[in-house]
Amino acid sequence: MAAPTIRTLRSPLGRVRGLGAGKGGTHHWWMQRVTSIALLPLTLWLVFSLATMPDSTWQEATAWIGRPLNAVLLLAFLAAAFHHTAAGLQVVIEDYMRGEMARLATLLAVKGLCVLLWLAATLAVLRIAV
Amino acid sequence: MSKITDTREALMVGRRSDGSLVRRPLSPHLQVYDMMQVTSALSITHRITGTVWSVGMVFLVWWLVAAAAGEASFNGVQWFFGSFFGAIGLMALTAVAWFHTLAGLRHLYWDSGRGYDLPTTYLTGRAVLIGTAALTALTWLVMLISWI
Repeated sequence: MAAPTIRTLRSPLGRVRGLGAGKGGTHHWWMQRVTSIALLPLTLWLVFSLATMPDSTWQEATAWIGRPLNAVLLLAFLAAAFHHTAAGLQVVIEDYMRGEMARLATLLAVKGLCVLLWLAATLAVLRIAV
Repeated sequence: MSKITDTREALMVGRRSDGSLVRRPLSPHLQVYDMMQVTSALSITHRITGTVWSVGMVFLVWWLVAAAAGEASFNGVQWFFGSFFGAIGLMALTAVAWFHTLAGLRHLYWDSGRGYDLPTTYLTGRAVLIGTAALTALTWLVMLISWI
């Protein structure tokens, strides 16, 4: 390990603060909680609904997805779940990945993938339901 | 003033009483802990199950997109989920989903500022494990009954 080289009288806390604001503040943390609360009833509903239709035919499955209540709850589940997934994976990446550029690239790739998957699933539900 | 490129550096570098710089020791790391305690094991399992759930989301998207694409592609997905590996995967994902849901509920309880004492932590931890087993069994019982 190289010898420490920082030559300043400023306190470590002052130096960290000097590196810039956190900007987002607690918004990321708070939204993860908000989506998790939304996902509690939605996950219970979705998992047990899917469990009751293991051998459904295409006609049965599309009829189920197309029902207004199911379609709305599906869209809500997808929005909350992909927000929660992206936020959760972001924390995991930020905690374990070293290297500024590699971390940034992975974050952008994961976020982009989450958005694309969310859009694809949302379009699928809308196509069946509308 | 020299520029700090890594924020962790600012917290690690300190001064001795004589003014010379010193790189502070890191706090004891993972290997000093017994990782198989209810507390730490459930903590990392919550992260792992959250990450694995992303795969479950991909499966859900696949199922929905295939349903929208038409009968042939939907039958392909249903064949996969009905196959040996598909069924094993869905069974594992059910347990993963329930664990993450219940452990997440435990986290929300902690976020309210309650349940941090050790007896309660062990109690809620065991409740998460038992609840995961119960909900997973219930889910597959529901599936089996609807299937027959």
